[in-house]
Amino acid sequence: MSNGNSISVFRASGHVVEGEALISTEGFSPRYDLDRLTGAVSRPGHAIAGENIAGKVLFFPTAKGGIAAGWAFYDLASKALAPKAIVFGRTNPVMVQGAVFAGITIAEGWSEDPSEIFRTGDIVRVDPQKKRIDILKRA
Amino acid sequence: MLRGARGEAVAEALRGQIEVGDFFGAERFVPVSNVHMMGDIEVMGEGGLEFLRRTAESGARCAVNTTTNARCFDFGYAGRLGQSPENVAREGVLISCLREIGVMTTDTCINYQAIYQPHLGEHVAWGDTGTVIYANSVLGARSNFESGPAALAASLTGRTPAYGFHLDENRAGSLLVEVEANLESLSDWGAVGRIVGEKHQDYWAVPVFTGIDRPPTADELKHLGASLASHGSMGMYHVVGITPEARTEEDAFRGHEPTSVITVTNNDLANLYAGYDTGDGSANLVVFSAPQLSLYELKRLSELLDGKQTSESTSLVVTTNRGYKAAAENLGYLKNIERAGGVVLEGVCFYILDGVARMRTEYGWDNLVTNSAKLANIIKAHRYNPVLRTTEECVRIAVTGRIEDP
Repeated sequence: MSNGNSISVFRASGHVVEGEALISTEGFSPRYDLDRLTGAVSRPGHAIAGENIAGKVLFFPTAKGGIAAGWAFYDLASKALAPKAIVFGRTNPVMVQGAVFAGITIAEGWSEDPSEIFRTGDIVRVDPQKKRIDILKRA
Repeated sequence: MLRGARGEAVAEALRGQIEVGDFFGAERFVPVSNVHMMGDIEVMGEGGLEFLRRTAESGARCAVNTTTNARCFDFGYAGRLGQSPENVAREGVLISCLREIGVMTTDTCINYQAIYQPHLGEHVAWGDTGTVIYANSVLGARSNFESGPAALAASLTGRTPAYGFHLDENRAGSLLVEVEANLESLSDWGAVGRIVGEKHQDYWAVPVFTGIDRPPTADELKHLGASLASHGSMGMYHVVGITPEARTEEDAFRGHEPTSVITVTNNDLANLYAGYDTGDGSANLVVFSAPQLSLYELKRLSELLDGKQTSESTSLVVTTNRGYKAAAENLGYLKNIERAGGVVLEGVCFYILDGVARMRTEYGWDNLVTNSAKLANIIKAHRYNPVLRTTEECVRIAVTGRIEDP
């Protein structure tokens, strides 16, 4: 199905957004992997340690952490540090509830591994209605 | 409700719930009888507190009984733990907002032991993963992980979208776990939770345990569930012959075949305990928490510590809720634990204490010894070095100040 420029997602919600892709091979918890004052991934040894998530389109294979993540996205959004979209391979309801509450576009499940199609730094568009993510500009 | 008959805050809550329901393909709502939510300043931040203030001012009120999870301060000990007076004050404001909305600030992560036990098939909206997995598995009630804002929304609207564990099809077992190990201490149950959870990190996976050769206690199932949820993000399990939707193995799997089979042996447990790095062997800190201790756990601890004294170089911290602490005082358990050098905090859980990362460096709490597999997992985020041991070993370690081999 792929033309090398897009992937399909299984479930999605939120607005159409465009932004810079940030692709992680490791799962994510906004509570334990992140400095919530700066938006930087702060846990030493994390696959994207040192990167800032603000305004990005994030790709993570899994969600980590418990219930507390639900408030964390809203707190980030209130400090203008929220990502534009979060795309998980597999997630749990907490991430979906948290993203919806914070007005962040969220998607789960992909037709093919996004790291095969996109690179960190590419500009991509996430369209929740069409359940599709397209590349707009290569890094 | 959507048109604002119960105010804009309730309409907004319902709109959010519809969006979450649509994401998961929910076709309807189910009424909930009870809500349990996480709401404290450490997890909510200034943004969350602002939201709560607006909700309280709007006049929105809980539609069903709503309780709170453990929080980040025991106000009686905030000074002794060097917690910031500014954050203490903000937590006070937050609690006032919750109470104005009608939330009962019970501050416990063991509501299923201390406050409310929903019955088989009862729909609830609970937060804190340990409460959800207990409700689904042991009580046969129905809940998804409802994070703070989602639980509050359910409290305001009195309903939740019907997806996930509210539906029969998602409650069927998917993994078979054959337990050949003898599970004795509470930590053994948590260890099994880690072995299964780590290998199958998936909210939608439902392990089915067989081979458990005696009826487990509520505290044992509590430690199993808390660990499965922490290590595996899981929200439900079955124990054949024990939990209500698993009278038989067929019953638990609802006619499906397990996607995989795991065997847990005594050797697996021994390897797990031996796998914790004990650092320089000094026991800086021994913690009984995550989940908060039941009255029976407090009694056991009191017996184990009777006439003993913890090492001068070791801190012993215990957390429970206000009701159980009061009961423990009345029954003499508290005196025993405190006389031995322990500190019993109420209304908190260790890993969410405000300033917990600072305490590690300030108090030299590098090695943390605990009987909770959940705590041993989650505390790594704050750079503690966790060591899992049985309850009895934890007490001996607190007394000698040295971490013994398992």
